[in-house]
Amino acid sequence: MTITPNAAPLICLRGVRKSFGTFEVLRGIDMDIRKGEVVAIIGPSGSGKSTILRTINGLTPINEGTIQVGDIEVSDPKLDQVKLRHRVGMVFQQYNLFPHKTVLENVAMAPIQVLRQPRRLVEERARKLLADMRLPDKASSYPGELSGGQQQRVAIARALCMEPEVILFDEVTAALDPEMVKEVLSAVRKVAEDGMTCILVTHEMGFAREAADHVYFTDKGVIVEHAPPADFFTKASDPRTKEFLSKVL
Amino acid sequence: MITNIQTFFQDLASSGINLTIFYDAFDFDRFVTGLGNTLLLILISALLSIVIGAGCAAILTLSNGFAAAIVRGYIALFRNTPLIVQMYFFYFAIGSIMPVGRNELGLPQPLISSFSWAVLSLSLYSGAFNTETFRAGIGAVHNSYEEAALALGYGKRQAFFSVTAPLALRFSFASLANNLVDLTKATTVAYAVGVAELLYVSNQIWSDSLNTIEMMNVMLVIYLVLTGAVVFIINRVEAAMRLPGFGLGDGQ
Repeated sequence: MTITPNAAPLICLRGVRKSFGTFEVLRGIDMDIRKGEVVAIIGPSGSGKSTILRTINGLTPINEGTIQVGDIEVSDPKLDQVKLRHRVGMVFQQYNLFPHKTVLENVAMAPIQVLRQPRRLVEERARKLLADMRLPDKASSYPGELSGGQQQRVAIARALCMEPEVILFDEVTAALDPEMVKEVLSAVRKVAEDGMTCILVTHEMGFAREAADHVYFTDKGVIVEHAPPADFFTKASDPRTKEFLSKVL
Repeated sequence: MITNIQTFFQDLASSGINLTIFYDAFDFDRFVTGLGNTLLLILISALLSIVIGAGCAAILTLSNGFAAAIVRGYIALFRNTPLIVQMYFFYFAIGSIMPVGRNELGLPQPLISSFSWAVLSLSLYSGAFNTETFRAGIGAVHNSYEEAALALGYGKRQAFFSVTAPLALRFSFASLANNLVDLTKATTVAYAVGVAELLYVSNQIWSDSLNTIEMMNVMLVIYLVLTGAVVFIINRVEAAMRLPGFGLGDGQ
């Protein structure tokens, strides 16, 4: 992918704060993500990584600050949810496929029902995406009949079928057996290589290191450090980052 | 064939077990009418109560304003008072202030028959329980499914009808079977407002033929068969809707 540092960021977070009750999860987050970039957010549990993702597509409303996705102001009370979620896809840790729909229906239903695109067109696209995810013969299976890795690849196809500009990956390998982690990561890598802007919350340090353009480290609701992976994993300056890396690497 | 059956039960009657419904045409007709009315009461009230339950559960989930308050009031009223009191209330209190028409003989005839009042009353009573059943089913669906739908651009309402409700239904069958079995048995309360259902006609038959013990046993058997059929049907529907890797086990 090509990075054009001078282009205006696609996603821009400024001073984002979020509290759940009295607990402040996000305490002023600033991020700039450009089109085509792959960004990894790492950090200890409870540091607010997933919450950052969920604020970007508006699943978690924020208390303070601004989030801009293209020309959409996410915290705008008159926000057009369909427009935002058309541009921002999401893949969850637990896949969250709809158990009562076949794999093909899972992938195709939102573009048909939400974007009101013609069924034939969407299903054609969905079949192609399933083939890309190396699941061409699973279209009429139900999610419950698939392995975790297969389900997660269906979930990626489902996000892609909306033709978003950015996809949020929320710990997408955390619920998988080790041998399935690899197949899902290679699927994510393929999505990234095809030029999709990706924001990943992950515990896979190896993957962050080789696939990401930028690594953000969060701790206690703030971004402690961010750098290209080559620098981040070798020359981390903040003691908190060093401590974390010494535990996980 | 029919003559044989009649002869058999006539012989049985002379030995002390008097099942008039199997050899006496008049009793047989009354009995079949009663059975038909009971079946109609079950069928119509079950359908209406499911519709009421589903609608009210949807309102409770999607609205927290005025409509939800009305539904909560309805449940409190109908779940917490006796069915027979409700039915008397509909038939005698509300029925008495309804306009009365004339039949072809010029006799007064209420616009709403006792059968209709019974259906209405049973549906509302059972609907209150079904609302809670469906509400519990909705609560059993993990909100990650709704969240996935929202992330795909679905609105709250659209996510509820496309994703949450179909999954909630699958968690509701066990409790729904309970309610419908209860409804099946509760149709006997319609006797109190003069609907010619099974208990009503059986009472007529045993008063005329003095075979109370026999008719009591017939009633027990018939209600066992009816409730068994209700459970069987729900189990079949549940099995047909079962999803791989989702929901409750079949408990068998």
